[in-house]
Amino acid sequence: MKIGALKESFEGEARVAITPASTAHLQKLGHEVFVESGAGEAAGFSDEDYRKAGATVAETAGALIEAVDVVAKVRQPSESEIGQMREGQTLISFFYPAQNAELLEKAKQQGITAIAMDMVPRISRAQKMDALSSMANIAGYRSVIEAANNFGRFFTGQVTAAGKVPPAKILVVGAGVAGLAAIGTATSLGAQVYAFDVRPEVAEQIESMGAEFVYLDFEEQTKDGAETGGYAAPSSPEFREAQLKKFRELAPDMDVVITTALIPGRDAPVLWTKDMVEAMKKGSVIVDLAAEKGGNCELTVADKRIVTDNGVVVIGYTDFASRMGAQSSELYGNNVRHFMADLTPKKDGVIDHNMDDDVIRGATVAHDHDITYPPPKPKVAAIAAQKPKEKKKELTPEERRAQEIAAFKAETKSQVTLLAAGAIVVLLVGLVAPASFMSHFIVFVLACFVGFRVIWNVAHSLHTPLMAITNAISSIIILGALMQIGSGSAWVLILAALAVLMAGVNIFGGFLVTRRMLAMFQKS
Amino acid sequence: MEYGFTTAAYVVAAILFILSLGGLSGQESAKRAIWYGIVGMGLAVLATLFGPGAGNWLLSVIMIAIGGGVGWVVAKRVQMTEMPQLVAAMHSLVGLAAVFVGFNAQIELARVLRLKAENAAHEFQGFAAVLAHKTPAEIGMLKIEVFLGIFIGAVTFTGSVVAFGKLAGKVDGKPKKLPGGHMLNAGAVGLSLLLGILYCTGVGPGVFWLMLIALLAFFVGYHLIMGIGGADMPVVVSMLNSYSGWAAAAIGFTLGNDLLIVTGALVGSSGAILSYIMCKAMNRHFVSVILGGFGGDTGPAAEIEGEQIAIDADGVASALNDADSVVIVPGYGMAVAQAQSAVSELTRKLRAAGKEVRFAIHPVAGRLPGHMNVLLAEAKVPYDIVLEMDEINDDFPNTDVVIIIGSNDIVNPAAQDDPNSPIAGMPVLEVWKAKQVFVSKRGQGTGYSGIENPLFFKENTRMFYGDAKDSVNKLLPLLD
Repeated sequence: MKIGALKESFEGEARVAITPASTAHLQKLGHEVFVESGAGEAAGFSDEDYRKAGATVAETAGALIEAVDVVAKVRQPSESEIGQMREGQTLISFFYPAQNAELLEKAKQQGITAIAMDMVPRISRAQKMDALSSMANIAGYRSVIEAANNFGRFFTGQVTAAGKVPPAKILVVGAGVAGLAAIGTATSLGAQVYAFDVRPEVAEQIESMGAEFVYLDFEEQTKDGAETGGYAAPSSPEFREAQLKKFRELAPDMDVVITTALIPGRDAPVLWTKDMVEAMKKGSVIVDLAAEKGGNCELTVADKRIVTDNGVVVIGYTDFASRMGAQSSELYGNNVRHFMADLTPKKDGVIDHNMDDDVIRGATVAHDHDITYPPPKPKVAAIAAQKPKEKKKELTPEERRAQEIAAFKAETKSQVTLLAAGAIVVLLVGLVAPASFMSHFIVFVLACFVGFRVIWNVAHSLHTPLMAITNAISSIIILGALMQIGSGSAWVLILAALAVLMAGVNIFGGFLVTRRMLAMFQKS
Repeated sequence: MEYGFTTAAYVVAAILFILSLGGLSGQESAKRAIWYGIVGMGLAVLATLFGPGAGNWLLSVIMIAIGGGVGWVVAKRVQMTEMPQLVAAMHSLVGLAAVFVGFNAQIELARVLRLKAENAAHEFQGFAAVLAHKTPAEIGMLKIEVFLGIFIGAVTFTGSVVAFGKLAGKVDGKPKKLPGGHMLNAGAVGLSLLLGILYCTGVGPGVFWLMLIALLAFFVGYHLIMGIGGADMPVVVSMLNSYSGWAAAAIGFTLGNDLLIVTGALVGSSGAILSYIMCKAMNRHFVSVILGGFGGDTGPAAEIEGEQIAIDADGVASALNDADSVVIVPGYGMAVAQAQSAVSELTRKLRAAGKEVRFAIHPVAGRLPGHMNVLLAEAKVPYDIVLEMDEINDDFPNTDVVIIIGSNDIVNPAAQDDPNSPIAGMPVLEVWKAKQVFVSKRGQGTGYSGIENPLFFKENTRMFYGDAKDSVNKLLPLLD
């Protein structure tokens, strides 16, 4: 099959769907690769680079569409691009079918197969083609760079001869892929990062990236992120109020706020209101990654950088990924070629559009004169449902006291019972056994007791040496044999001699081995 | 006078033994502890040789010299990874020695009684002299002790031999039982009790009964340990250790020797506690371990979705180069592949690059308690970076890379997630919480215990197939 990448028609878009690197991989799958002349220019790939990689460069978009079976793009196609495509052709790009019903209708009429990279289901197998995540990762990184660029200070704290510099305080709202990437970038620049998310289960991930999770003291059964395919779900008005209250508290302290809160298929929730912006210090920066969907910040203007009256910079760019064209083309190109690999399972250049495959089915929004969106639920759950975490009950001092007393009583009871039982057994034995036995018996019981006491304190790592040394000591049986060796018949002599021999092996072997082991324990 | 000296020596030896065991509470004091043990043993042997009742000391010394020579050579030659087998093998010697001493006691007893019955004013020597002074009630007690000593000693002997075979891989590690299972064991124990009663009441030929008892006990020891799976061997070894102690104590009663009693009781109780600690670490009941294998069927284990994704040395090395904190989880596989020095080298390189490297040791990693610590110590991994499960389990979420080398069940999340899993409820190392997990494993099999491990199918897990030693050695040149 022939696959070709169009030059992006959207103004300012720097990405390209196929890179010279991914060209090589696509060829290995048995495909022939085409690119429109100048498609990679903005991302830093010249036509010559593509030719070197083995791709054919087509002069115009029309010529390219004419030549290929599969058209790869980054942004959703324009009406005219779809118009030029013919029946049976396949289109791979971002599509946003929920927002672009008309475009979808058009694709259906044209009879083309449309694969939406934004619809790739979030299951482990499909991670390598999850373009939303790879783009969000870049956007998260870039958002911090933009913020740093607009923030007139260091991110990291320093003590210098010229004075002390406090670290910047950064709040990241929404800990999806973009949020986590932002946290990682900001912490590595040395900032002090706080992060918030409505899904309490991501606290662990936030902390793992080096940020502090902003806990909300709110009693509510929040929806498990697993139910919604790993995305956030809308929250109740009460929860929202509690959340805003917390943000109001934080606003005056924060130097940089990066908002990434998005709910699939909805406008972005407003989380950073006007009064919060007003409460911030002059020179602070807000980067709103949700600007395309209306913005998380009330003052965001899409695609613009504005400065408020109190000197806060609000950045509402919608093209963070495109601003790092080379990097995002690289990753998007890989996502596309992984998808192509799934489409050509035999690696023979023949596309097998298997609509029974969860991933292919999920991403295909139009196929064979039919709209196939929304897809049925995937067979494999994206994320295993989390077990509700049991909360440890906070005990009042009285309860704790009562518990301690109860534990003490139980312990006393069991000890007394054990002692009493032991005493009775000893007494019973004493009734029948001769006196000489009893004197030995007392020694025996005491030795057991000492043994129990001593062994509890042995360090875990020394259990093997302990075993070796007890083994060596148990060859004390040699005493018995030594006492017998001199008395009586030949049989006794032979058996005793053998016993001495074996115990001798054990004494020397056991102690030597223990010594070897112990000698190895050393401190660095 | 002489007798008093021997007793004094025994008291000192007993105290030295207690100090020796107690000294193992710390790594540094342990080095002193071993000397307490050696001196105690030397003192005890010398005091007995020169004390009352001992004769034929020339033969004794020769035998000790031969045995000691053999022991010395074996202990010098053995590889650290073969330690479990060696300990098991040595237990069997103690068990057999106890059986022999028990028989001797009976033979001597019979002789003394016969001579006494002839009413000859016989001058008894050595051990026989002790027997000659016994009252009939004491002789009854003595017979019970002989019976116990022989029975426990014989169980220890065959049990240890089987444990040795399983640990050395000479006997199949899977639990095996003859038809009849535990009924057979119970029957054999019952029968030997019956024979014991016959023996004690003096019906028929004593030595003959004892032989039968010993044979039955040999069978019990063999069958009991054959029925226990290889994964439970750590518990078995410490249990046998305990048995050998009790056998020594029983013989001590027979001979009226307090040092034997004290030492036997020390060894017996220490083995018992060790077994208990290990069972607790595996969340198993002691009884169910002894009765063999894992518990009965509890329902189908949860199915595992996903696939095992392999990775090559380059991938692991680049992840290691990027990581700040690394935790290594060694298991029996590391011991089998003799990979400890390669792992140590890996640790040294990573630490030299300024990364935090730690080892997480599960209480039952390996085939006997503390197995991993010993191997790592042999390879000169400093012991302050070798941590226990409880010390490190909370740190996994902050760990960049976890490398699992030849362990399986101890990192199995099914223990926490799947109530139907055979190991449900066992405390495990929560490695899957780390950012990335690499599993060095020979192949896709389920390993020693035969339990499927969902960890291998997790998203952040990559399988690094191959022999552990080769795998780690491949990594070394790839690290910065």
